[in-house]
Amino acid sequence: MTEPIQVNFEKCTGCGLCSKSCPFGAITIVEKKARIGELCTLCSACVQICPVQAITIERREVKVDLSLYRDVWVVTEVGEGCMKGVSFELLGKARELAAELGQKVCALLLGHGVRQYTDSLAEYGADVVYLAESEALARYTTDAYSPVISGLIAKHKPNIVLFPATRMGRDLAPRVAATLGLGLTADCTGLSIKDGMLLQTRPAFGGNIMADILCPYTRPQMATVRPNVMPKPEPQRGRRAEVVEVPVKLDPKSARVHLREQVRTCAAGGKKIDEADVVVTGGRGACDANGFELLQALADELGGVVGASRVAIDLGKKPKSVQVGQSGITVSPKLYIACGVSGAIQHTVGMRGSKLVIAVNTDPGAPIFEFAQYGVVGDLFQIVPALTEEIRRRKACK
Amino acid sequence: MRIAVCVKQVPDTTEVKIDPKTGTLIREGVPSIINPFDQFAVEEAVRLRDAAGGGEVIAISMGPPQARSVLVHSMALGADRGVLLCDRGFAGADTWATALSLSLAIKKLGEFDLVLCGMQAIDGDTAQVGPELAQLLSLPQITYVDKVEIEGRKVVARRQLDEGYEVVEARMPALLTLMTPSDFVPTNPPFSKISRAQKKPLDTWGICDVGGDPEKLGLKGSFTTVTRVYTPPKREKAVMLEGTPTEIARKLADVLAKEGFI
Ligand SMILES: Cc1cc2nc3c(=O)[nH]c(=O)nc-3n(C[C@H](O)[C@H](O)[C@H](O)COP(=O)(O)OP(=O)(O)OC[C@H]3O[C@@H](n4cnc5c(N)ncnc54)[C@H](O)[C@@H]3O)c2cc1C
Ligand SMILES: Cc1cc2nc3c(=O)[nH]c(=O)nc-3n(C[C@H](O)[C@H](O)[C@H](O)COP(=O)(O)OP(=O)(O)OC[C@H]3O[C@@H](n4cnc5c(N)ncnc54)[C@H](O)[C@@H]3O)c2cc1C
Ligand code: SF4
Ligand code: SF4
Repeated sequence: MTEPIQVNFEKCTGCGLCSKSCPFGAITIVEKKARIGELCTLCSACVQICPVQAITIERREVKVDLSLYRDVWVVTEVGEGCMKGVSFELLGKARELAAELGQKVCALLLGHGVRQYTDSLAEYGADVVYLAESEALARYTTDAYSPVISGLIAKHKPNIVLFPATRMGRDLAPRVAATLGLGLTADCTGLSIKDGMLLQTRPAFGGNIMADILCPYTRPQMATVRPNVMPKPEPQRGRRAEVVEVPVKLDPKSARVHLREQVRTCAAGGKKIDEADVVVTGGRGACDANGFELLQALADELGGVVGASRVAIDLGKKPKSVQVGQSGITVSPKLYIACGVSGAIQHTVGMRGSKLVIAVNTDPGAPIFEFAQYGVVGDLFQIVPALTEEIRRRKACK
Repeated sequence: MRIAVCVKQVPDTTEVKIDPKTGTLIREGVPSIINPFDQFAVEEAVRLRDAAGGGEVIAISMGPPQARSVLVHSMALGADRGVLLCDRGFAGADTWATALSLSLAIKKLGEFDLVLCGMQAIDGDTAQVGPELAQLLSLPQITYVDKVEIEGRKVVARRQLDEGYEVVEARMPALLTLMTPSDFVPTNPPFSKISRAQKKPLDTWGICDVGGDPEKLGLKGSFTTVTRVYTPPKREKAVMLEGTPTEIARKLADVLAKEGFI
């Protein structure tokens, strides 16, 4: 088999730019020519960087008629007695994409007793709602949801399908993708149309690099999108959608995974951390003595909630449900105050989208300052109570 | 109890730094490690095998020749044998082509009670290989599992939800993707175990060995293509506020007032 990646030695000047740009360290310069070793994952970083276009990667050909596929679909998610905010965020994005393509926005609504949500899906942008109402869909299970959605996609041939990158969506979307043999882009932070295709932008390497991804060969183009990365649109009151009932015949015997017990938890105080406008987060630096009480007082004063780094969770200072970061929750509040948090990559990927970031840390070299608009080098045990006091004083004077 | 565990070799992303001058990744000296979630999967597989009173744990990895080291590491942790899928034709695989390659290897290895994967790899970060592999093997899947036990022919798993958790059960065979519980401390195998692991069976298979179609694997078989990778745009450096705690508190409150928070 010939290598799909080739260096044209006539063109290559041996400048070494490609070698520096390769995230996998796969390129060495031998006798002034780039040599590509077996560490190469064909990520294409070197192709873009080469000033003389000496590197090429050969890709597969398109075999199906892609123009048969139309419309932008959103798989919605229902929470405990409400429509999850991420569904509206995705509808907002879908509207934008559909307008550019001159296509429709369709929402998929699966569950039991969920008909009530069709109106709000319409107000947030759906032109069509595919409604699958069934007792068998009351609780999300892979075995029930995946065939229903795969079936709808196979039948109606959408152009784009967006899933929430929640625990549900990340369980479901790859199952659907593998069922239908489709590409899937994970955790997108940006989506746009480029030359008629969906350009999907996502972080990888724990947020260290960004990648632009296309699905050139198959349809639909599918992506998952994290909650809180797309803005929630303004609803248009009274906007209507066509509701298409989807008959669901699920054999109860087809369920292979059975529920024994379910425990729902929420951040203390009721408001969930990914829905709060103000998040005050504590890291290891706040784990001494009454650190988290001081943070709570500040959060209360600002109408916000308290979050934590993984270290603080591991030390038992806060429940897992308020962990911000890669293995926790992504937040994008209007205000994020990080106290005694070093700013490790796994943490900052979870708070990068915050509008205004203030960091308090005793170490002037802490990486968190690179993610903050305002920084304070100081002891949080002094700064936080002083700030809480100052806010109280100002509020009292108003 | 026969368990297949998928393990990926990844660059230690906690060590990856960005060159402040050029804005590019500094990967010099960045160690390649076993994906942390996969280490947990291997340790659980070994524990479940031993609790069941025997069986076989097979660690499978797809990657370049040096990915061998994660298989040796897995065997030092107690896996019985390793299989490395290594062929230039596997390179450039997206999650679909990766799952397809792994599924061919697993089918070739025969029947399993459990297939374990990590919740996600810390480089690609997609969390897609597990569910895709489950579909390709026609197995039920249980994702985001941080606790697992075997009861007879059933696997009982605690899976984390966005809010809370659930305990579910399934008849084996099943595929689980594991996330490390917060109290997990990875075992560092002693040198004696590593040298013993060197002697355990480790096969290297290419596309022909697993009976794959080269047109459907690696880059050629992938549906997604990465067209550009770049370092995320940097934010401007923070404005540093100085003074006594009271002075700083006043300056911060000014900022918050200006932005409408108080
Ligand atoms: C696979 C994986 C997933 C992970 N997922 C996550 C995740 O989701 N979320 C997450 O947060 N982490 C995660 N981590 C852990 C992450 O790598 C860091 O270890 C963690 O974020 C560090 O937490 P920290 O900043 O609280 O602690 P440290 O890094 O120890 O930093 C403490 C900081 O507090 C400062 N400090 C100390 N005392 C004071 C004081 N009195 N006043 C002010 N400042 C003070 C110190 O200068 C220091 O900068 C993950 C790691 C791995 C390997
Ligand atoms: C910058 C960048 C972005 C990418 N984005 C996408 C994307 O959006 N969609 C897409 O389809 N592909 C994407 N890819 C390709 C993807 O990273 C590879 O297919 C990779 O081999 C598997 O995906 P992952 O690392 O995300 O694994 P995950 O799905 O996160 O891994 C989950 C588990 O699967 C098992 N596993 C995964 N890979 C292997 C392996 N090689 N050997 C053994 N076990 C394994 C492990 O148990 C692991 O814990 C991207 C690649 C790059 C470089
Ligand atoms: S960047 Fe291009 S010209 Fe420079 S060494 Fe690499 S292949 Fe050759
Ligand atoms: S394609 Fe990516 S991995 Fe391969 S040599 Fe180029 S930069 Fe390195």
